Amino acid sequence: MNKMALAQADVLAGLKEIVEEVAGIPAASIEMDKNFTEDLEVDSLSMVEVVVAAEERFGVKIPDEAVTDLVTVGDAVNFIVNAAN
Amino acid sequence: MSARRVVVTGLGATTPLGGDVTTSWSALLAGTSGVRLLTEDWAQNIPVHFAARVAVEPSEQMQRVEIRRLDRSEQFALIASREAWKDAGSPEMDKERLGVVIASGIGGVTTLLDQYDVLREKGPRLVSPHTVPMLMPNGPAANVGLELQAKAGVHTPVSACASGAEAIGYALDMIRNNRADIVVSGGVEAAIHELPMSAFAAMKALSTRNDDPARASRPYDLNRDGFVLGEGGGIVVLEEYEHARARGARMYCEIVGQGLTSDGYHIAAPDPEGAGVQRALKFALRDAGLTTKDIVHLNAHATSTPAGDVAEANALRAALGVDADHVAVSATKSMTGHLLGGAGAIESVFIVKTLQDRLAPPTINIEDLDPAVSVDVVRDKPRPLPSGDIAALNDSFGFGGHNVVLVFKSL
Repeated sequence: MNKMALAQADVLAGLKEIVEEVAGIPAASIEMDKNFTEDLEVDSLSMVEVVVAAEERFGVKIPDEAVTDLVTVGDAVNFIVNAAN
Repeated sequence: MSARRVVVTGLGATTPLGGDVTTSWSALLAGTSGVRLLTEDWAQNIPVHFAARVAVEPSEQMQRVEIRRLDRSEQFALIASREAWKDAGSPEMDKERLGVVIASGIGGVTTLLDQYDVLREKGPRLVSPHTVPMLMPNGPAANVGLELQAKAGVHTPVSACASGAEAIGYALDMIRNNRADIVVSGGVEAAIHELPMSAFAAMKALSTRNDDPARASRPYDLNRDGFVLGEGGGIVVLEEYEHARARGARMYCEIVGQGLTSDGYHIAAPDPEGAGVQRALKFALRDAGLTTKDIVHLNAHATSTPAGDVAEANALRAALGVDADHVAVSATKSMTGHLLGGAGAIESVFIVKTLQDRLAPPTINIEDLDPAVSVDVVRDKPRPLPSGDIAALNDSFGFGGHNVVLVFKSL
């Protein structure tokens, strides 16, 4: 339980850095409930960047079909945590 | 319906002499060189170690989040267009009457080359999803069109070193043909990279004066040995005269004509007879409704190549005859280097400033004037131009034999 919670915090921190780099939004204002397109202005091309960077960073595979379900930051964090464990 | 007149209501630029028009123009009048030794490692591997980089890096004028998804040529286009649009008063208007025409010689070449390296070193998955919009030659125009929401048409004519001038001519046509009331037009280039420089060097087109870069670009000098590669961009906002008057816009000058021809001579060398250039000059004057007597200034193409400078001067003399005696010729590539697709555009910006200040910029680095040059070159210091109605020519020629002449007139 403790290991999963830590992993989730790590993934969130890593994803915040990736989104800040790709979309220019300060990491401090990125939370689990933020919507990629509506809140963070991550368009389809930038989303590809986010996904590839996350795959590289966390050593997971995020198939194209799965990306459409990653609507919020939380969706992405949970997917990555599950895929990694 | 009477003919629609076209005026210039905004200027923008980022050049080796300054990150905006005012700085670039002051440096130009002061005879400053924008040519420097390159600091990149790759510059030591090629025969030419110097170029004219922009004076102000885009990273100082744009946010990182923008920069990372724009080719350098697109960054230049946005920087110069933002200045020009603001200079024009950021007019409120029907966007279906706003157009953009911005050219470059080769588009996003540095993106193409960098992403090729990523592909080879890291594989296809790591190729950026932004690559195509970054490398496409219409990218600079498209990004400016997107930012301004221009809906009358966004265009990118390409004719190598004549591209920037051709773009402004295309914009002139758009307004004359009632497709638009305002068109943001010009040209950019960002090709200072190991491959393009090696390629130009392989053609023996570049100066190899590595021991004295600031004096390498020396149009009309007897010891010129090729051009100096420059980067940057220039933008002019063209506007229909009545539209500008109705909103109280500041009008710099009028753009009254263009002449376009092609040489059919050689893929890279200019026709020494200059027949195509002479016709372009004649057509431009005819289109402008002016005679050879009305021209007091030419911002020459003059790239500092042994063949090109003289061919152009001969063509000017042949087309203008004795009236060439009262044309003050300025070769500003002596200071900016050759901006390729951006050249005709920044030189148009300089002509507009010349008409505004009534000062023709100098040509620097002439230590021994080539006796074969039969035109009146402005040397060392700016030269005052006459009062009253005056007109000036901008000529630009590109590899492939493209000739473009634009005519500007004081208001």
